Amino acid sequence: MPRDNSIKKVLVIGSGPIVIGQAAEFDYSGTQACQALREEGVEVVLVNSNPATIMTDSQMADRTYIEPLTVETLENVIVKERPDSLIAGMGGQTGLNLSCELYDKGILDKYGVRVIGTSIEAIKEGEDRESFKNLMERTNQPIVQGKIVNTIDDALEFAREIGYPVIVRPAYTLGGTGGGIAEDEFELGEIAAQGIHLSRVGQVLIEKCIRGWKEIEYEVIRDGAGNCITVCSMENVDPVGVHTGDSIVVAPTQTLADREYQMLRKAAIDIINSIEIKGGCNVQFALNPKSFEYAVIEINPRVSRSSALASKATGYPIAKIGAKIALGYNLDEIKNAVTGKTYACFEPALDYCVIKIPKWPFDKFFGAKRTLGTKMMATGEIMSIGNSFESALLKGIRSLEIKQYTLERESAKDKSSESLRANIKTPDDERLFELAELIRRDYRIDKISEITGMDPFFLKKIKNIVDMEEELKEYTLATITPELITRYKKMGFADEGIAQFIGCKSADIRNYRKDHGILPVYKMVDTCAGEFEAVSPYYYSTYDEYNEASASDKKKVLVIGSGPIRIGQGIEFDYCSVHSINALKKFGLETIIINNNPETVSTDFDISDKLYFEPLTEEDVLSIIELEKPDGVILQFGGQTAIKLANFLDEMNVPIYGTRPKQIDAAEDREKFDDLLEELNIKRPKGRAVWSTEDGIKEAEKLKYPLLVRPSYVLGGQGMEITHNEKELTLYLEDAFKKDKDNPVLIDRYLGGRELEVDAICDGTDVFIPGIMEHLERAGVHSGDSISIYPPQNVSEEIKQKIMDVTRRISVALEVIGMINIQFIEFEGDLYIIEVNPRSSRTVPYITKVTGVPVIELATRVMLGETLAEMGYASGINKEPNMVAVKVPIFSTKKLPMVEVSLGPEMRSTGEVLGVGNDYYEALYKGFLGAEISIPKAGSTILLTICDRDKEAFLPIVEKFDKLGCRFISTSGTADYLEAHGYKVQRAKKIGEGVPNVLDVIRSGMCDFVIDIPKKGNDKNSDGFKIRRTASECSVNIMTSIDTIKALTEVVEKEYDLQSVQPIAVSDIK
Amino acid sequence: MQSKPAELILENGIRFTGTAFGYVHDVVGEVVFSTSMTGYQEAITDPSFCGQMVVLTYPLIGNYGINLEDMEADKPALTALIVREKCDYPNNFRTEMDLDGFLRQNRVLGLEGIDTRALTRIIRDAGCMRGIITTDVGTISDRGLSARFDSLDNSDVVKRVSAKEIYTIDGKGKHVAFIDAGVKAGILRSLKERGCKITVFPYNTSAGRIIEENPDLVMISNGPGDPEDIPETVETVKQLIGKYPVRGVCMGHLVIGLAMGCKTKKLKFGHHGANQPVKNLETGRVSITSQNHNYILDGLPEELEVSYINVNDGTCEGIKGKTVDIQSVQFHPEACPGPLDTNNIFDDFLA
Repeated sequence: MPRDNSIKKVLVIGSGPIVIGQAAEFDYSGTQACQALREEGVEVVLVNSNPATIMTDSQMADRTYIEPLTVETLENVIVKERPDSLIAGMGGQTGLNLSCELYDKGILDKYGVRVIGTSIEAIKEGEDRESFKNLMERTNQPIVQGKIVNTIDDALEFAREIGYPVIVRPAYTLGGTGGGIAEDEFELGEIAAQGIHLSRVGQVLIEKCIRGWKEIEYEVIRDGAGNCITVCSMENVDPVGVHTGDSIVVAPTQTLADREYQMLRKAAIDIINSIEIKGGCNVQFALNPKSFEYAVIEINPRVSRSSALASKATGYPIAKIGAKIALGYNLDEIKNAVTGKTYACFEPALDYCVIKIPKWPFDKFFGAKRTLGTKMMATGEIMSIGNSFESALLKGIRSLEIKQYTLERESAKDKSSESLRANIKTPDDERLFELAELIRRDYRIDKISEITGMDPFFLKKIKNIVDMEEELKEYTLATITPELITRYKKMGFADEGIAQFIGCKSADIRNYRKDHGILPVYKMVDTCAGEFEAVSPYYYSTYDEYNEASASDKKKVLVIGSGPIRIGQGIEFDYCSVHSINALKKFGLETIIINNNPETVSTDFDISDKLYFEPLTEEDVLSIIELEKPDGVILQFGGQTAIKLANFLDEMNVPIYGTRPKQIDAAEDREKFDDLLEELNIKRPKGRAVWSTEDGIKEAEKLKYPLLVRPSYVLGGQGMEITHNEKELTLYLEDAFKKDKDNPVLIDRYLGGRELEVDAICDGTDVFIPGIMEHLERAGVHSGDSISIYPPQNVSEEIKQKIMDVTRRISVALEVIGMINIQFIEFEGDLYIIEVNPRSSRTVPYITKVTGVPVIELATRVMLGETLAEMGYASGINKEPNMVAVKVPIFSTKKLPMVEVSLGPEMRSTGEVLGVGNDYYEALYKGFLGAEISIPKAGSTILLTICDRDKEAFLPIVEKFDKLGCRFISTSGTADYLEAHGYKVQRAKKIGEGVPNVLDVIRSGMCDFVIDIPKKGNDKNSDGFKIRRTASECSVNIMTSIDTIKALTEVVEKEYDLQSVQPIAVSDIK
Repeated sequence: MQSKPAELILENGIRFTGTAFGYVHDVVGEVVFSTSMTGYQEAITDPSFCGQMVVLTYPLIGNYGINLEDMEADKPALTALIVREKCDYPNNFRTEMDLDGFLRQNRVLGLEGIDTRALTRIIRDAGCMRGIITTDVGTISDRGLSARFDSLDNSDVVKRVSAKEIYTIDGKGKHVAFIDAGVKAGILRSLKERGCKITVFPYNTSAGRIIEENPDLVMISNGPGDPEDIPETVETVKQLIGKYPVRGVCMGHLVIGLAMGCKTKKLKFGHHGANQPVKNLETGRVSITSQNHNYILDGLPEELEVSYINVNDGTCEGIKGKTVDIQSVQFHPEACPGPLDTNNIFDDFLA
């Protein structure tokens, strides 16, 4: 059927903030969907609370609302915009759930909005456990023996019937939140309680555990006429039991014979046919490795992380095709954009092997419990492409940016075989390296397969790498031969990896290769295994003879992407990279991007003129540069991943656009930077780099406590703490030097003032500041974790001018060409600098949207040689709007056991939402709503535990809550204090005082809100840590900073309600 | 088994060096590629590849080994198998032997370590061509080469793979007279599953002999090579059309077309894979099919109508008689390897 012309205006719901389980993949699919709809002349109304996304750019939709994703807001938008249709499956689980709610509440009916694409009925059949079971029965599909229960008792009874272990899966949650494997009654009681609580419908599924079965996924598409295709099959290297988001995944399936493959493919198609999916759907299977027995695990009738991976793995744009199907097109009416000749109605054929490896946050949260299970913990992922499994795996490992180029991992080498064997039983982020170490010790493959459930096929591939690594140890630079190096390069070994084994520098291997003409070639991802000529400019490297990528003679620019999403380096950088590409294209330049993140917009082959899906290491980047010979390379938009390549590329004489690498170094190197500030007479908190504990204590006496301490060269405030006395400092330093004795620890005087931040563009002479941002929480909370307000509400004109002056002087002195980000503290009337980043920062997308200043475009043009003046901008601060925008951080700590919850100098948030209001409080209210912070009201019960240091400062806040009519629960210390000041407090036992104690208060749902002001974070044994963890895991709102809570009370006083607060389109921000 | 360097030399002079495996000997054949990502065993044992060197575009081959159940014929008929990487340590609960051993046992040459993507692109651009694989790397003279190329004669490939004598598979359902031009086991299996009694005839059986059996319908199988090379089969079918319902798959489809007066045309590099979309012109539905052919029907007479077309290139994928009872498809509804989406065509055939 051709396009349904009655569809004129479509509402698209985004997926909201980045959290574990729902990340950039939905920006990718949402962006594709918006573009696909607009291509067809459809007017698009977009609602998404996440300002860091590309989809919320004003040019992506006709009307964009960065508003809280609540049913009330959506209804308000519907009333205002009157769309005729809604597309449900583009905003992840969030978008799907909201669409269902809008439907259930009759709102869609009321305003005549119809659902296009997959229907709500179909969605519910796939999502609701009971109807899923019925669906499977109807389509004759086997499922794992299981039962839906609403109570813990029913769960226990059913488990007795089927036997342990059992798996608990809550209905309607993200990334399997709240689920888990229970080995016995005790564990089941705990997990089931949590799951029932977290499920939107209070349901969990109790299932027979099928650990060790193969986990296989299919991405399928069906159109309105009933034509079905499978886009991609994927096989998890980790068997059932590890969440697919935490599994190493390979595409296509490797260990399935055609009979098994077709059996599952047919099952997938029968299922989507039965519920009449119109668009994409993901079907997950468990397959018994010893027979044809299989079970359908789940279906996701929407775009997903897997569909993003499948799109990138095959070159088949699932979200785009899904949107076209929603408009009425059939698969045989949609062109295949890659070949330009064939149609979307075909199944991609791969002639390479794709591997996805999750990126876990454990390098940052080293105290976290790292065990992988049915709850997803990865913040991001990388994808790698090779023409062998080994090469894809080695490329993947080095893409993770964990300083690992081989399978030989230092931490595994020191462990005994017994402990390695014990470790690989329980999957975690180190399992790959630990089982490789066992293989290195000649431990039997079949035994490892038995322990881990991994297919021997994969283990043999790992053994191939290990054997080659061992062989390499016999060689030296003098004894290697070109044949040997060629063989290793074909297997995917990095120069750095080879160098480590033969004991030389990676430059030696690089030079040797070049002397012998051993260079990579690039092959195309073309959806058809070479059968048709393709026009897609999407490449990966191999060490073959035939090269398919050729450099053009046009003027061209290479943009380095930011790699996998991790805490501290998120989707914001992808936003910047994509915008830089767009700006370059606008000026007729050929654009090339290198990145390895399958979730992102930047790795959509439609974005740049050429996409290289490759690791972002020095070697891999240089190889591409040597082939393409770009006129310049842009590093400023790829976060630290790109910035850390600056010195190397400079040494290699690669032309770099923007700030010189020497100047980048001057900003990043503390001593050089201190000298510069001294020279410019700009203040910063006094501090020193110390190399020993004694040295540190001596410095501390001079600087005076409290002190901010951190390891040098870190991202996102990793390992940063505030120490208040010598005891705390000693503990910190001893630990820090034990971990890394080769780098100094930085000690700064801690100034508890107001934090301010700017992103600025400098052309070498003029400096333009799009906006100054004020942080709600005082200094000491990582800038990425504080609430950020624009325009600033409490900053005098004088300080603003000072900020302008200092920013200008630093930028000019550092010879910044392009972006710079500076963080300040205003303390007792003075302005101090705390950090300078000579690159684009995470606040750029949000400031771009609320100011309307095309920040990345200006910066990109400056880098190409234009001046601000030529573009119509003068030195100064952009005019401030009357409206206010507040960025509120979003945390995924709930999903990361044993990770600190309280705000501190170490960044922990994974995402952000924006609240846009007519004034500060309205914006803040929306920000809180978007962050799903429930606003305390009369009758709310608040659990309060306040450290002694802050008790006094907290009293006025208690007064406000008391006036509002809130009730308080506290343990003895806080209770005594509050009672002494005349407040009524219900007492709860401390954790050591028996049960029920304060943790039970939280678990039982007796309190609506937890306020815990800690003395110090990161102490796992403290009561506070347990209180915070419990609140977070039970999804009870928790706040840990006086400043945030104070702001909350102010919002409460304004008495906003959901209906009366009106949505504001981004283009209407004035 | 020692690995032996070997060279693939294409008619246009391009050479690829790799390592020989399986039964190592020098061969000449037509080089074709298949893009199916699964089902290498079915492809290797597909008689339609007789006389051909098959390049598999998926790089990892042999991962799940070989079993004795997924055979499409008793033994492979292809001349050589060309892969990027063969797997020496297969794993699957049904694995009975590895690829190398299977090919050696069946006297088929394997060649690995080839840039199969580059080779595929060459065939795609230049069209199918002849190739030589030799372990005498770099020692054959140009004249020696052209003599070897010229030694390739694929005109008797059907004879090589067709049944040598008549045999019957019992069944209680319809009696199918089945002309074997190199049948895949999957087709016979699909008929057996439907209860048919099948009498299998060699490709050169006369119409009279078939009529003696008094079948309910006649079906012509798939098979290798050029349909013009088996005029005897075409003649037999011509005499049977109108007397019985006549069905055909792949080569069978081409034979029926020729018998009805169609022309055939050789495609540049054919359709070989498991991802070919075909559209049923009656229902408008598109299905993904398994295909393996170099020739297509062209210039249909008035009596025939096109029932299926290929969505990618619009070529004819199936025909139907307007008044005579004829149905045939160019693709493989029995799959093996490939999608099972069109398996119900056998029901239509028997209806």
